[in-house]
Amino acid sequence: MILIGERINAGFKDIKEAIVNKDGDVIREWARKQADGKASYIDVNLGTASNKAEDLCWMIEQVQKEVDVPISIDNNKPSMLKEAIPVCKKPPLVNSTTAVEEKLDEILPIIAEHGASIIGLVMDEAGSPKSADKRVENAGKIVAKAMEYDITPDRLYLDPIVMPLKYMQDQAKEILSAANQFQLFSDPPCHVVCGLSNISNGAKHKRLINRTFAVMMIANGMDAVICDVLDEELVNAILTAELVMNKEIYADAYLEAFRK
Amino acid sequence: MQIPDVKEKWVSRINEVTIGATSEQGGTRSKTITVGGQSTLPFLSFEGESPHKTVIAGYVADTLPNWPDVLKDAIGKEINSPVEWAQKAVEEFGVDLISLRLIGADPAVKDKSPEECSKVVQDVLKAVDVPLIIWGCGDDEKDNHILPECSQAAKGENCLIGSAKETNYMTIVALCKADKHKIISEAPVDINIGKQVNILLQDAGFDLKDVVMFQTTAALGYGFDYVYTILERARIAGLKGDNLMAMPQICDVGGEVWRVKEAVADEDILPGWGKLSKRGPLWEATCAGVYMHAGADILVMAHPEAISIVRKIIEKTE
Repeated sequence: MILIGERINAGFKDIKEAIVNKDGDVIREWARKQADGKASYIDVNLGTASNKAEDLCWMIEQVQKEVDVPISIDNNKPSMLKEAIPVCKKPPLVNSTTAVEEKLDEILPIIAEHGASIIGLVMDEAGSPKSADKRVENAGKIVAKAMEYDITPDRLYLDPIVMPLKYMQDQAKEILSAANQFQLFSDPPCHVVCGLSNISNGAKHKRLINRTFAVMMIANGMDAVICDVLDEELVNAILTAELVMNKEIYADAYLEAFRK
Repeated sequence: MQIPDVKEKWVSRINEVTIGATSEQGGTRSKTITVGGQSTLPFLSFEGESPHKTVIAGYVADTLPNWPDVLKDAIGKEINSPVEWAQKAVEEFGVDLISLRLIGADPAVKDKSPEECSKVVQDVLKAVDVPLIIWGCGDDEKDNHILPECSQAAKGENCLIGSAKETNYMTIVALCKADKHKIISEAPVDINIGKQVNILLQDAGFDLKDVVMFQTTAALGYGFDYVYTILERARIAGLKGDNLMAMPQICDVGGEVWRVKEAVADEDILPGWGKLSKRGPLWEATCAGVYMHAGADILVMAHPEAISIVRKIIEKTE
């Protein structure tokens, strides 16, 4: 499972303050914690703290001072990406583009040029789709465009767009069905990813809902997830689901082995 | 019509393990042997690299094994002395390294002492200059007594020592760390236990890059397909990035084949099966050749004709 650590996000108060005050310690501490939690990528998000490319680059540099885990750049502005991607020591994952054609034609050449990977959100001009079919249709547009720019399936992550269970209960089934169909575009398939915590937005039992949905997504082909990598029960559930799907070889000490 | 590209894209490589040490490296071997390093499955040279060819380790035991005459005669009178047997295997049979089994230490065989066993190790090391694989007798308790002595006697020679199981791995790890040897991790035809043993070795502080996996070995007709699929599945997992399964693999073909009736019983007992003198070595060669397909890096072999057949297959690999 490709674990994308979500914590360095200006949506969190401590990160927002760290960006405003240029306090690198906070960023580095979360980078270290998430790397110790076996994050495969560390997501870096400026949120509303700033709209300057130099601040985004500063955040990336702070993370890279502390750990050598690749960066997930949580930004969709081509001008920002052009500055931030070269700062990354390892090919980054860009989070994200939509299926809007102009957007794809702006971002994908940058991805191709730098050998980066990209998350494609299956939303279009009309916004987030309600049905599985529309999600798959938009995913198809992203896949086709990525092929045009020679971005191979191993560098493309499709995100079916997770909606809060509490407010849009009918959506989860559509999302699972769409994720399942994303695997059929190519062989080998592209990655399937989601921003997991959306599912529990506003709900009381957030962690339980997160890990239940993660397991169901894995059963439908998800192999990457943006999540709280320090949620031990969540990660344990993910590791177990991967065994159930026969993605990894079982050993009694599989949980300990992951954390070694 | 364009022919589709069928190449598999593997993300990882199998570990490279070197056995033996030359005088510059603190040992007395004339050469070292390196196995592993593949970035693809066996025989798929169009897809990736297999930098090191499969190697043949000559089966040698400190005590005459319970083998049929057809095999004992083929090896010759040297079979009665581990030193002479090892020399003949290297000089005449052309093996790459020696696999020494201390079966005489087994309480049910000769119950040889640790001193007797380490003497054999020393003598064999003096007699041949190829790298050495050292196995205990298979009785955990006894192996815990003999292997430390044997390991120490071979200190600096970078031997491959077998085998670490779920039940006895701590002793093997301690002695291999102290005397700088490599480890064979063993599981009883069980991929899950195989992975578990590797996790235990790692937990005990042993570098998995110094490990060769052993899923025991089955002769053709006796669970051969089970072992085959395990070797193959482990290799695929290793290539897919599971670093707990990315080790080279060893098969004790000679030690296993010559126990089954197809390689032991002649025509008088198995009418229509052809002469044993031909069938026996073919049984061993076939098993070894097919295990190469599954992902075996070290083949322990006994019969000179079988060794010669498999050598020809190895030479043809890229």
